[in-house]
Amino acid sequence: MTSALTWTLQILLIPLLSPFFIGLTKRIKARLQNRTGASSFQPYRDLWKLLHKDEIVSEDASWLFMIAPYLIFATTLVIGASVPLFSTALTNSYSGDFLVVVYLVALGTFMLALAGIDAGGAFGGFGSSREMLVAALTEGGLILSLVTLALVSRSTNLAAISSSIASLPLSGYLPVGLAFIGFSIAMLAETCRYPFDNPSTHLELTMIHEAMIIEYSGKRLALMEWGAANKYLIFIALGANLFLPRGIAGSLEAAPLALALVMFLVKAGAFCAAIAIIESSIAKLRIFRLPDLLFTSFVISAIAAGLVR
Amino acid sequence: MTDFLTSPGVFYAILAVFAIGAAGAPALGRSNRAANFWGNGLAIAGSLAGLAFSGAVLIDGRTPAFSADSTLPLLSFSFRLDRLSAFFMAVICFVALLCSVYALGYVRHYYGKYSLGLLGFFYNIFIASMIVVATAHNALFFLIAWEVMSLASYFLVVYEHRESANVRAGSLYLVMTHAGTAFIIFSFLLMHQATGSFDFEAIAGGMAQASPLARNAIFVSALIGFGMKAGFIPLHIWLPSAHPAAPSHVSALMSGVMIKTGIYMLIRICFGIMPAVSLWWGLLIIAIGAVSSLLGVLYALSEHDLKKLLAYHSIENIGIILLGLGSALVFSSLGMDSLAALALAAALFHTVNHATFKALLFLGAGSVIAATHTRNIEKYGGLIKRMPQTALFFLIGSMAISALPPLNGFFSEWLTFQALFQGVNAFDVTTKIVFILAIGSLAFTSGLAAACFVKAFGVTFLARPRSNDASQAKESEIFPRLAMAGLAAAVIGLGLFSGRFLRLLSGVAGSLANTHNAAAADAAGFSSVSVQNGFAQISMPAVFIALGLAAAAIAMAVFLWTRRRRVLTGPTWDCGAALTPRMEITATGFSRSIITVSRRVLRPRSETEIEYHDANRYFPKAGEVTMGLHDIYRTYIYRPLQDLTTVVAGLMTRVQSGNINAYILYILLTLIGLLFFLGSSIPS
Repeated sequence: MTSALTWTLQILLIPLLSPFFIGLTKRIKARLQNRTGASSFQPYRDLWKLLHKDEIVSEDASWLFMIAPYLIFATTLVIGASVPLFSTALTNSYSGDFLVVVYLVALGTFMLALAGIDAGGAFGGFGSSREMLVAALTEGGLILSLVTLALVSRSTNLAAISSSIASLPLSGYLPVGLAFIGFSIAMLAETCRYPFDNPSTHLELTMIHEAMIIEYSGKRLALMEWGAANKYLIFIALGANLFLPRGIAGSLEAAPLALALVMFLVKAGAFCAAIAIIESSIAKLRIFRLPDLLFTSFVISAIAAGLVR
Repeated sequence: MTDFLTSPGVFYAILAVFAIGAAGAPALGRSNRAANFWGNGLAIAGSLAGLAFSGAVLIDGRTPAFSADSTLPLLSFSFRLDRLSAFFMAVICFVALLCSVYALGYVRHYYGKYSLGLLGFFYNIFIASMIVVATAHNALFFLIAWEVMSLASYFLVVYEHRESANVRAGSLYLVMTHAGTAFIIFSFLLMHQATGSFDFEAIAGGMAQASPLARNAIFVSALIGFGMKAGFIPLHIWLPSAHPAAPSHVSALMSGVMIKTGIYMLIRICFGIMPAVSLWWGLLIIAIGAVSSLLGVLYALSEHDLKKLLAYHSIENIGIILLGLGSALVFSSLGMDSLAALALAAALFHTVNHATFKALLFLGAGSVIAATHTRNIEKYGGLIKRMPQTALFFLIGSMAISALPPLNGFFSEWLTFQALFQGVNAFDVTTKIVFILAIGSLAFTSGLAAACFVKAFGVTFLARPRSNDASQAKESEIFPRLAMAGLAAAVIGLGLFSGRFLRLLSGVAGSLANTHNAAAADAAGFSSVSVQNGFAQISMPAVFIALGLAAAAIAMAVFLWTRRRRVLTGPTWDCGAALTPRMEITATGFSRSIITVSRRVLRPRSETEIEYHDANRYFPKAGEVTMGLHDIYRTYIYRPLQDLTTVVAGLMTRVQSGNINAYILYILLTLIGLLFFLGSSIPS
């Protein structure tokens, strides 16, 4: 019974919380820029509004454009159920392998890029082109940083990695720390954040993600935005629970679970604050400078993997 | 039943079916229809029977061996089907079966243009020779089959002989494949020198006494010879020009299956014939695999000919297979048998996966080309509305080749990754670095492949048509669609039932000489596959079901929530200008950023042509950017080789005086020399 309950919680936690953390990041950014900013719950209101609107679909679009939002949202749900959020006791040996997570993310990106081209507009196409450039070059650093963890913990299962890093002695932290740097860069790229993409603009010259979903409206736009929010929180959860898993529950008892939930919220909040500070303090890079940064992520992660004994 | 199925008589009967198909097609050459149905019908019958035969051998686990008499010394027409042979024969027959079904409808556009009889003749010979290549058990017999396969495929490449580009591609293929054959002959001769036999069994038995130098020489020349056929970089230059030139169902066979015969022989030689390998063999193959996969996909990205793009992806996938094969060699040289079996199973799994999705993609490309009369993807667009089923099948193939879950390409890349992880785990620094770089290249490769297929699928099928032909395209006929549906089902099925299939492949890998006992991968419960005692676990059916359930649940919830909202149709936002196909992204534009990023490796060159309204060049009318790549292989490897050959040939002409008396003098001198040589070497 408890297991069924915690599984429900595990599956629903990401989609339920993700709009809040998007809102929180925006709010912190606003405060850093001396603005009041909208409430952290604003994204929920936006989604509510979009779901109550009629929808306009381009006459050039095909069935792919119609099903893509559902598929993309579905991938984020499956990934959300596969990553450790608050307990390592929920060992998911079916889809909890980190390669499954990375490639499910790639599946979402693939559908997103195709949907961007489908309407035949001028923006969607170049958004897709840029997205695939960034996604392809991110893959190496992302996978190698997670490989480092897998080699340290002798398992590629995410829950197993989390519990093993949680009990890692401090002396073994060097490769993990290096891998975390590699992962952070990959994470900013995957979640369309500075210095890769500007999440809060519709300026033609800078956008990637917003360009791809520009033809969407109504409920499908809501699903796209919500899916992107899910992905954001998923990457935060990966960063928080794989690299800094202190506080995660090792069992399914009520007290440690509650504590772990609180810890997760606190850590996710800290990640949002860090990202907001990064976004407020640096400029967006030119698109042709991005590969340098992503290659840095790859090299650091490769060194980290090489350091594992 | 299996007793009957696996008997020699059935095998000969299968070859006879292909022979009848080959002989009958030209005889019926007058009637296009009759030649088509005869040639392809018998190819279907033969492939079906071959599939049943090899399937029975695989399931039954026995190794039928039989031979026909030969009066020539050293040559024996002997066949032996161990599990490796049976596996490759099954892959050949399966792909050939669906390609032949496809051809029934596809070749109609050759009616009245090219001879269907000749196509049927070479097509049947080609399939039969591939089956013999995979099952022959004597080196000389193997060479005959290999040569027949190369020649049959050459004639298929130049089938559309009125296009001069095809003839040129064919000539290059012919030269390259014979250079490869020369190396293969050399390695067989070395084997004969070391063991005194051309029989694979006898060679394997005697190889233990061979010197390390001989083994290394055999390995290197076999690697070059068979690598030429497999098409890894830098031996690949014939591949991107030859595969597109052939009719599409033949391209599917060449790319999906024929290049795998090179892989088959590499496995046969490294694991069956010469056990106890050296460490550097494996590391060399991993390095070649890493370079081939990464460069293959980068070249594919810069390609705008749909079939050439697919051909470059074959180089990429051969690279991925080599990563598995190389790791298997490394593990087996260090005596880690179960890991070697795992890595080999990964290579075999990717072999069959690539055969299915690449054949599917080539067949889809064939349908698109038949409907639009061009191979240039810039001229497509919007085909998803005109060819919806072809689009769906091509999408499935694109997702599989981009290694997206839950399709089969993902699973074999996952297994390859696991094999590479074990390599990082286990060894000294040098080996570790090789494995880490291999992981990196595999990761980048799959990311770039996804980018490439977003381009290929997006520009071909999505948005608006960019040419008149594309806007009038029609869905293909029933047989081509049936064949693509069959391959798409195989792509999905191999992903869904990957656990069961892996068990079969572990058996194949485990049966080879130096990977004996137990496989490291284990399929249990809900088809959950576990690698290396729980180092990694995965269940493809679970991923499948989870994705399906999640999508269905969301669709349901959104439907219930927004039932009363309308969905309107409107034009795409046009920024105030008229909406034309020119506003869509082109294939050149799509890949430009990635090519620019990797300019150090790719050496791109671009030409910009702008037409102006006025003489002062202030108001541009139309502009065109053409991007291409410098062919560094031709410039730095093949051109110097060619020049060297010309110089040597020039020197040889001095000997060749054209005077018949001089030639008789040469023969006399040679005879005298030989007599002295033999007289001194034979002990009296």
